[in-house]
Amino acid sequence: MSATAWAWLVLLFPLAGSILIALGFRRTSWRFAGIVGTGAIALAFLCGIVALINLLGESPDARHHASSLWEYASVAGLQIKLGIYVDPLSVFMVLVVTGVSTLIHLYSFGYMQSDAGYHRFFSYLNFFVFSMLLLVLAGNFVLLIVGWAFVGFASYALISFWYRRTTATRAGMKAFVINVVGDIGLVLAAFLIFQHLGTFEYTEVFAKAPHVFHANQWSVTAICLLLLVGAFAKSAQLPLHTWLPDAMEGLTPVSSLIHAATMVTAGVYLIARTHVLFVLAPTAADIAAFVGLATLLVAASIALVMTDLKRAIAYSTMSQIGYMVVGVSIGAYSAGMFHLMTHAFFKALLFMAAGSIIAAMANEQNIDKMSGFGKAMRFTSVTMLCGGLALAAFPFTSGFFSKDEILAYASARGGMYLIFTILGYFGALLTAIYTFRLIFRVLRGEPCAEAQELIDTGHVHHAAPFNPASGEAEDTDIGFPGAEHHIAEQSPPMKVAMGILAFLALFAGFIQVPGVDKAITNFLSPVFSDSPLAAIEPSTGAAWFGLLIGGLVSLAGIGIAYWLYVASPATPRRLQERFAAVHTFLYNKWYFDEAIDILVVRPALAVGRFANRVFERYVIDGAITGGAEETIGRAGAIVRTFQNGIVRTYGLFLVFGAVGLALYFLIQQS
Amino acid sequence: MEAVIFFIAAIGAVVGAIGVVAARNPFYSVLALISHLFSLAVLFLLLTSAFVAAAQVVVYAGAVMVLYVFVVAYVGSAQEPTWDPVPGQRLFAGLLAFFLFVEISAAVLSSALKALSTHGPDVPAGFGYPAAIGNLLLEKFLVPFEASSVLLLIAAVGAIVLANRKPRSGPQAGDGVVSSGHSAPKARPEGATPAPASQSEPLGAPK
Amino acid sequence: MNIDWYIVLSALLFTIGAIGILVRRSPMVILLCLELMLNAANLALVAFSREVGNGQGQVFALVVMVIAACEVVVGLGLIVAIFRRKLPLDVDDLRELRG
Repeated sequence: MSATAWAWLVLLFPLAGSILIALGFRRTSWRFAGIVGTGAIALAFLCGIVALINLLGESPDARHHASSLWEYASVAGLQIKLGIYVDPLSVFMVLVVTGVSTLIHLYSFGYMQSDAGYHRFFSYLNFFVFSMLLLVLAGNFVLLIVGWAFVGFASYALISFWYRRTTATRAGMKAFVINVVGDIGLVLAAFLIFQHLGTFEYTEVFAKAPHVFHANQWSVTAICLLLLVGAFAKSAQLPLHTWLPDAMEGLTPVSSLIHAATMVTAGVYLIARTHVLFVLAPTAADIAAFVGLATLLVAASIALVMTDLKRAIAYSTMSQIGYMVVGVSIGAYSAGMFHLMTHAFFKALLFMAAGSIIAAMANEQNIDKMSGFGKAMRFTSVTMLCGGLALAAFPFTSGFFSKDEILAYASARGGMYLIFTILGYFGALLTAIYTFRLIFRVLRGEPCAEAQELIDTGHVHHAAPFNPASGEAEDTDIGFPGAEHHIAEQSPPMKVAMGILAFLALFAGFIQVPGVDKAITNFLSPVFSDSPLAAIEPSTGAAWFGLLIGGLVSLAGIGIAYWLYVASPATPRRLQERFAAVHTFLYNKWYFDEAIDILVVRPALAVGRFANRVFERYVIDGAITGGAEETIGRAGAIVRTFQNGIVRTYGLFLVFGAVGLALYFLIQQS
Repeated sequence: MEAVIFFIAAIGAVVGAIGVVAARNPFYSVLALISHLFSLAVLFLLLTSAFVAAAQVVVYAGAVMVLYVFVVAYVGSAQEPTWDPVPGQRLFAGLLAFFLFVEISAAVLSSALKALSTHGPDVPAGFGYPAAIGNLLLEKFLVPFEASSVLLLIAAVGAIVLANRKPRSGPQAGDGVVSSGHSAPKARPEGATPAPASQSEPLGAPK
Repeated sequence: MNIDWYIVLSALLFTIGAIGILVRRSPMVILLCLELMLNAANLALVAFSREVGNGQGQVFALVVMVIAACEVVVGLGLIVAIFRRKLPLDVDDLRELRG
């Protein structure tokens, strides 16, 4: 079978799994849901592997296929097909998505074991994987938007999974609304593309674009900026990023899959896919790169002071995606995609470990209350350390190679782009500091009460069901985090998943060592060969120099964290008191939420209130409806006076009519 | 000669009509109408319609007006109040009626019927005589003739039902005779029970 | 006399009857005015019958007389019924039939 046939199967299995689990949720056991869910994604992964093998069997220039099942619409000049596009980039994304998803499904099989909404969870999760695969495999912009929207919905459904918690539902709504803002940008971009190029299909758009658009023409710049709006909303870049920390209300597997490895990387994929347009609009590409850089630094600075474990990791995600956005915007396409892959590994792993710890802490997520889990949960802490090392770009881990490849490319491109290199290294320093801040605070030290309970009795601590954020009681029917969720040590599927990811986080970088092998670059080069930027390559020497600096930066960061949190534990408090204003500013997330509230939410509410109180009441109810009602009422009252019940009046009307008629006929006659 | 009689009869008819409308006392209106009817009979004679004139006098002035006289005597002649609940109606009514008269006259006088300006064609000797009318009634207009007798029957029954006294009144002897088909002379003022609707109890004997 | 005199006279009598109906308030007098109008119509019918030359108009006039008689019967029955129920004999006061 051809690669496209296998690609269709890749789409089919998660969808079938989702529907199967959803339909049978009353009659099947939880094991059935878990096995079908995980199996569907595993099958999709296998089909992806076969598609990859098929693709590799062809010559590099021929590795792009489009295939469509049927046409949605074929009207004057408009042709929309249900079609997919299989090329190295989409197969790469398919493998990353299905691979990491399989492991996360495996993890959830154990983690969610006693949750009341087990079937619903797996159905939603499979549906999410299906939507993400639809997004990456889409062959035209319409199907891309369909996948984009589905992914947004799946994210909303999974964030608000415990739907009786107000914090969860509010976070879900926030995520959805901000994603819709991005959807608007994407749809408008698609319209503009259609208006200028007359087609939605990728192959035709990318072939025609260089001929239709000149460099930096306002139309292609506008298209790219609108695409960026969509990409930034989905990938949580400034200023559309405020939904991601709140999205941590969702379950841990959700956070690791959607908000670390896959959905938030959709924006990066979009920029990489439409790189032809971005090459034609360098201004937009530069804007994207600078926004990515800004996000990188802002998020890293916030992560330094965050006390909620999952939110700190979320800001770290935001920061790393900033790196990826920088990468694909300045032309380091394969480096950006490589970082996407390694980030998926170590970030998913970090979230899994965090989930394990939060389960042990019975729903408490504040790291101020955590310590000493290194002694209580060996496996979890070892894997968390692996993930942390990769995130901090410790020498020879996967994150080390991927992050520094982007920065080496930036310096190779030279000129203004050296800013990215310098600030990128600064960001790497911050990354290392905050990563090891988390690790040292959570894993080291004397065991806290819950950890001690685990060490002594081997049982996970159970707390009263209260939501620590809002203080309201939890709904035990629908479920809530912490209770009855499992830790890695006691659940084999979780151990398997985390173990595989830990291995990948540490050693996956070796497929792209500068000067030794360039597996990913070679694989993806047919896709990006039409971009002049892809030809820029740092020399091996420059690359190793960059790697050296990166390693030093990482070790320095780990050292600073060690000093702050292990050697002299009083220092952080002194620093906090000394730089209180800065600390407050960072702790309040640079006041972005408040700014959006003042700039966007309050005016919108004011407009709504005006519409309701003034416009609706006076104009519509008063003038239009009331006016019509009044008029008809008055007219009716006038007519009513004729019906006074007096027979003589009626007779009068009769004679009046007769006179009128006679007059008419007389006039007609003459 | 003919013109003189015409004008006398016409003036008599108009005066009678005005008398009907203007008289305050309904009894005087009835008398005015009787004189009007006699004048009309004379006009019919002028038009060589002898039978119609006779029927007018005998049936109309003789029987129908007698009915009116009876009812006026029974009901009494109450004066009408002069206050008009709908202001301006009388003036408006007069105006409209005047317009109606003008229109009809205009219609007739300006019509294309040439024969209207003549005395009419020469008619055979028996025109308007009972024989001619009888022939027409029984040959050409048989159905209307029979239908009008049915109508008379219905009217008689209806009048009996209408004037029936409600709960305590007995079954009236249904007369079936044309001209006295209603029970107004037999009724007398009763006290109480103006219950209009219920006919549930059987009609008792007339009191 | 020309026939049109009779027709005009009939129109005059008709309008006088119409005025009477619209102006008077006693049902008795209204019925009488109704008689006026009917007679005016009779006059017109007989006049036309003379003008055409056959007796059809006269037969029509006879039927009108029958109808007038029936209507008088019913109308007077109504008046008697109203009087019996002690209601005012005034068409302006009897206005239950309002819209």
